[in-house]
Amino acid sequence: MQHTSTQDTFVGLFVASGIVGLFFLALQVSNLSSFTERDSYTITARFENSGGLKIKSPVSAAGVKIGRVSAISFDRKTYQSVVKLNIDAQYNTLPEDTTASIFTAGLLGEQYVNLEPGGSDEFLKEGGKIEITQSAIILEKAIGQFLFKSAEEKK
Amino acid sequence: MIEFLQQLGKNTHTGFTKLGRGTFFLLQVISGILSVLPRPRLLLNQMYSVGVLSFLIISISGLFVGMVLGLQGYYILSDFGAEETLGVMVAASLVRELGPVVSALLFAGRAGSALTAEIGLMKATEQLSGMEMMAVDPIKRIISPRFLAGCLSMPLLAALFSAIGIIGGQLVGSGLLGVDEGAYWAQMQANLDFQDDIVNGVIKSIVFGFVTSWIALFEGYDAVPTSEGVSRATTRTVVNSAFSILGLDFILTTLMFGDN
Repeated sequence: MQHTSTQDTFVGLFVASGIVGLFFLALQVSNLSSFTERDSYTITARFENSGGLKIKSPVSAAGVKIGRVSAISFDRKTYQSVVKLNIDAQYNTLPEDTTASIFTAGLLGEQYVNLEPGGSDEFLKEGGKIEITQSAIILEKAIGQFLFKSAEEKK
Repeated sequence: MIEFLQQLGKNTHTGFTKLGRGTFFLLQVISGILSVLPRPRLLLNQMYSVGVLSFLIISISGLFVGMVLGLQGYYILSDFGAEETLGVMVAASLVRELGPVVSALLFAGRAGSALTAEIGLMKATEQLSGMEMMAVDPIKRIISPRFLAGCLSMPLLAALFSAIGIIGGQLVGSGLLGVDEGAYWAQMQANLDFQDDIVNGVIKSIVFGFVTSWIALFEGYDAVPTSEGVSRATTRTVVNSAFSILGLDFILTTLMFGDN
């Protein structure tokens, strides 16, 4: 056959792209995919309860997305959830007394970290810690408290 | 009435006879695969005509299916304020169902009909019996490489279809409609499982590739060796493949995703 070598190339390309497709699907799922890393710095926030927060959840301030959650771990000593936040380098003027709280986007939407800047003149730097945090609102807890309260009122 | 019963019995009889011939044919083809392995050139040529030539239609369809899923999903999910989960919806429906099924239907239309017409014409022009005269087994030489190429190409095509569709959904979702790109991927990664979703989708596409190639090759091999017979065989390939793909998809889905 005359076009054998071009045919070989095309078959090779086809098989390679099929395998790339399979890898793409596999990496989608197994969380190995790395995104284009922009310049950023990491700060840590400790929450009593980080609720349904996930790695790569957005971090926003005043409703604007300024970074992502890069890691969530459990502190064995303080029994707190340690959340690492990757903030874009251009937003390097967050005051040291910034408050972090976990909110939910929409009723069923995913949870995100909201940062509310304080009034300090010192700014958070790489490895900085956010001292004041507010945990995620756990719906079951809130309902439980509400039921408990209304039962008390009836007495 | 009697005539009707006679006709019914005759049709049933020919149907079962054909199924038996088809099964026998399949066994011959599978046993012929071993003799393909020392001749990879035959397989390569068929991979080209079956796989590479289907590549374009599969990737373009995948892109558009993904884009439409992104659009429709967004309209419905935004009513519930859950447009962040668009990625899950697009990826799950593509990987589990649409990827394997739609690419198999396209594969049956694009490659299956071509296989049937090719084999049918070979039979009509007596190339197959000519090969037998030369003591070349046409099943080993002609059919088995095509069958193997079909079985190998289908999972690759389905994976491409899903991957391109997910990218298309992302293009529409976060490019056009403003869903957060990170949420699109993060929710997808959090909610899809490698074993449950990806592997099951690949298994589906392997089954579809197997069945479609079998039907296409058998219809061609079994065609009445006239131009009309070949055209009918080609039609039957597309119709029967579509039926088997959709029916099998239902069975496979209940088997795979029934537990959760």
